[in-house]
Amino acid sequence: MKILKDLMYTKTHEWIKMTGDKKAKIGLTDFAQDSLGSLVFVNLPEVGDEVSKDDSFGDVESVKAVSDVFSPVNGKVSAINEELLDSPEKINESAYDAWLIEVEDIEENKDLLTPEQYEKVCNEEA
Amino acid sequence: MGSYVPSTIDERNDMLKAVGLDNIDQLFSSIPDEVKVKKLNLPLGQSELEVRRSMENIADKNVVFKKIFRGAGAYNHYIPAIVKSVTSKEDFLTAYTPYQAEISQGLLQAIFEYQTMICELTGMDVSNASVYDGATAAAESVAMVTDKKRNKIIVSSTIHMHVLKTIKTYCEGSGVEVIVAPEKDGVTDTEALKTLLDETVAGVYMQQPNFYGIIEDAENLSELTHAAGAKFIMGCNPISLAILKTPFECGADIAVGEGQPLGMPLSFGGPYLGFMACREALMRKLPGRIVGETVDLEGKKAFVLTLQAREQHIRREKASSNICSNQALCALTASVYLSAMGHDGLIDVANQCISKTRYLANELCKIEGIRLKYADKEFFNEFVTTCSIKPNELLQKLEQKGILGGYPIDDGILWCATEMNSKDQIDELVASVKEAVKR
Amino acid sequence: MSLIFDKSREGIGCSILSELDVEPVLFPEKLKRTKSLNLPQLAEVDISRHYTELSKKVHGVNDGFYPLGSCTMKYNPKINEEIAALAGFTKIHPLQPENTIQGCLEVLSKAEKYLCEITGMDNMSFQPAAGAHGEFAGLLIIKAYHKSKGDLKRTKIIVPDSAHGTNPASATMAGFEVVNIPSGDDGCVDIEKLEAAVGDDTAGFMLTNPNTVGLFEKNILKITEIVHNAGGLVYYDGANLNAIMGIARPGDMGFDVMHLNLHKTFSAPHGGGGPGSGPVGCKSFLSKFLPNPQVKEYSDKYEFSNSPDSIGMVKSFYGNFLVVVKALTYILTLGKEGIKQASENAVLNANYMKCELSKIYDMAFDDICMHEFVMTLENLKKEKGVSAMDVAKMLLDNGIHPPTMYFPMIVHEALMVEPTETESKATLDKAIEVFSDIYKKAMAASELLHEAPVKTPVRRLDEVLAARNPVLKSGDRHTD
Repeated sequence: MKILKDLMYTKTHEWIKMTGDKKAKIGLTDFAQDSLGSLVFVNLPEVGDEVSKDDSFGDVESVKAVSDVFSPVNGKVSAINEELLDSPEKINESAYDAWLIEVEDIEENKDLLTPEQYEKVCNEEA
Repeated sequence: MGSYVPSTIDERNDMLKAVGLDNIDQLFSSIPDEVKVKKLNLPLGQSELEVRRSMENIADKNVVFKKIFRGAGAYNHYIPAIVKSVTSKEDFLTAYTPYQAEISQGLLQAIFEYQTMICELTGMDVSNASVYDGATAAAESVAMVTDKKRNKIIVSSTIHMHVLKTIKTYCEGSGVEVIVAPEKDGVTDTEALKTLLDETVAGVYMQQPNFYGIIEDAENLSELTHAAGAKFIMGCNPISLAILKTPFECGADIAVGEGQPLGMPLSFGGPYLGFMACREALMRKLPGRIVGETVDLEGKKAFVLTLQAREQHIRREKASSNICSNQALCALTASVYLSAMGHDGLIDVANQCISKTRYLANELCKIEGIRLKYADKEFFNEFVTTCSIKPNELLQKLEQKGILGGYPIDDGILWCATEMNSKDQIDELVASVKEAVKR
Repeated sequence: MSLIFDKSREGIGCSILSELDVEPVLFPEKLKRTKSLNLPQLAEVDISRHYTELSKKVHGVNDGFYPLGSCTMKYNPKINEEIAALAGFTKIHPLQPENTIQGCLEVLSKAEKYLCEITGMDNMSFQPAAGAHGEFAGLLIIKAYHKSKGDLKRTKIIVPDSAHGTNPASATMAGFEVVNIPSGDDGCVDIEKLEAAVGDDTAGFMLTNPNTVGLFEKNILKITEIVHNAGGLVYYDGANLNAIMGIARPGDMGFDVMHLNLHKTFSAPHGGGGPGSGPVGCKSFLSKFLPNPQVKEYSDKYEFSNSPDSIGMVKSFYGNFLVVVKALTYILTLGKEGIKQASENAVLNANYMKCELSKIYDMAFDDICMHEFVMTLENLKKEKGVSAMDVAKMLLDNGIHPPTMYFPMIVHEALMVEPTETESKATLDKAIEVFSDIYKKAMAASELLHEAPVKTPVRRLDEVLAARNPVLKSGDRHTD
């Protein structure tokens, strides 16, 4: 299970990477993709949609399950990773490259987990 | 009394003993006494022979018309013998939904073939494995196109009244506003439609041929709809699709319809078949079961229920539809029917419908007091006439002669003819109408 | 095997219709389709053999034991089929004059009367075509009821987390917000959680009883009282009625509105997924909201009537009528003694199997069960890596249809077994033996179970491929 050092995390297994002052990319962690199994589809919001902290902004489907993806921050969707709509398997192949959405106008983000804290969460769940 | 319990009293006692109980009642000890049934007010059970007599006796209280000139959503077509032969095969008849794909390949393949045939008829990219009937298919299609931003649906007033009612019921649930676009000369009023369309309208639903049997200018309606950024939905008679422009060619985003004409008997309204097909872009919004092709672990071609994460058993309250049981056996019926008729046969059915209906209309309109309500329109297997006497009065006189005449609407009658109505039968009807109107 | 399209040949077909005997009329070209119509052209014998071959790759109720939990795969009596095929039923147009459909109306009226007697409801509509459709209609009735009282704040439907997926999905379709409440450790409704969940925004509570773990909710009267006291209505999901016919009635337990599955409890066949019939029933104070039209019985005739307060139509015409004919035939056959006997034996069979299997497998709950029980293979998964899926797939190799897998969701590695009353002790004993053999194999050579099935027409399927690159009709191709 991979946990990258330069990212922040959530208890619900999303990663967030700041790409600008108030901008960040959000994806699913390696732990998440591994427990979900082979993903077959992702539902993403539209550019311009508002996302709120701890609210679901989309979901990912495996053959027999669907899981919500939660936003770690408040903000507005500035881009979605359209490649995933055709190739959801990219999340399984490389979870930290396969960002789902980019969010801008991020308001202050609290309660994010450090890699060390997130590792603890994973160990507890495993 | 009849019973389908195959174990003997001794075996039942053995089983009870194995469970550690003395009598059957102890099995139900968790049920509070207050709710236990004291007396069940049902008739005593009957032998098979007695049941047959009782049920035949009930069936005999219905009048089976041999000469049917009524459609209005349920059509009297010939059903080839092979259809019943296939659909009464025990395995098809009694199996559950094919969730266990390894032992359901026959059923899954049959549904895959059905999906292919529906796509052939409609010209669409994707079909589901059926819904309950044409009306619920229409209502489900509305749910496919509406969202928070576009929360209105426009429905032409020329669609079947049950379809409209069903759409309204479903929309009462989902909070979607239903606007009925008025008609003009028996077809959707395009000028009125234009004024109703705006950026809050999710889609337009129309019926082809419409309730009066008339062929609407679907391409024009489609263009108007798309110009407003809304989706275009067509409810179609599947037999007419053998010759009419496909919904795809008309520009429709979704095609639905009542599949009953494809080999299902009239059956007092059901079981029938709702078919639904759409363009690829809407594939994941399509409700209900869908069969897909795949391979097994040895690489052998196989079929399986797929895209299941859309459905209620996985997505629960977030599912776009609650449908679980569908009309699988009716979908099989349609497949066998379409295979038996084939390309040539289905076109023949459609052409016979058009020709006989036109002949019936021409002959009826030779009678004084009867004329086409909507002249100069192309119609498929139905048309409306006015009538110089009260429609019900005329229809009652026909009924006395063993003829089920057209369906009374407002001040007229909606007539229907299919390949089942021979020229002699049509001539007999016309003579009877003539006689009835004269007096 | 090849698709029917691949067997199509030019120049062949069935001879079905007579020659056109009137002047041919053709549509103008501008109305006609330009896309070719690719329907198969085959001789009748080819069609017949195609479908016979397909039917051999389908597991029907008569192909072997079918203990599919929550689905009530009982034997489908032959007389039902013959009666439903009578011309006096199949050849009736749904819009015939009422004086010519008295038999059809009698079927609907009698079925309503008997099913109300069995369920304790006052009226019933047969318009819903399936269980989920009945739920939807029932929830709209609940919505209409609150609306009629001007009580517009009741926007929530409560469901236990063990509920069938259709329950929350139907509630959403009817425009309600869904509140899931966790079940208690005993698999039943957690009274405290329910009390905490109800309020003046509660429109209703949905429950099946026996519940989805196969247990009768002992506190049912308390449960319905809690919901009623909060001003909500209680909905009965009729999926599990087969346990209690003639023994207890939802209407007496405090349920206000419900649906039945005639294709489960009342012996109509499942047809490979449908058509079913999901009549919606209710207490008299809700009857005016039932779908239109309703059938009324008078001393000398039956008539349709329409209620102005009705939720409207949920479907064309009157529902899957022929399925109702089959159910009525079944009720007349069994009668008051047979109906009760069916439930008694359904419960006896389930308890016998549970008792024998509990010597080997872990059960999710130990109590006496109703018509079905839930096994949990959690320990087997942990110890031997053998999942519920593995056991299910090995059952396929033994000619047994697997139990319902991974449901209800509150039980890990669940297998839900519903033998039904129409299986003999010999069949149950054989199945118990098969289950026990599978367990021994799991202990000794678990890899065999991962391999299963090996005797079926195909082996385990690549469902990921099917979902990632959907090929949904002949001519489509996987892109990868």
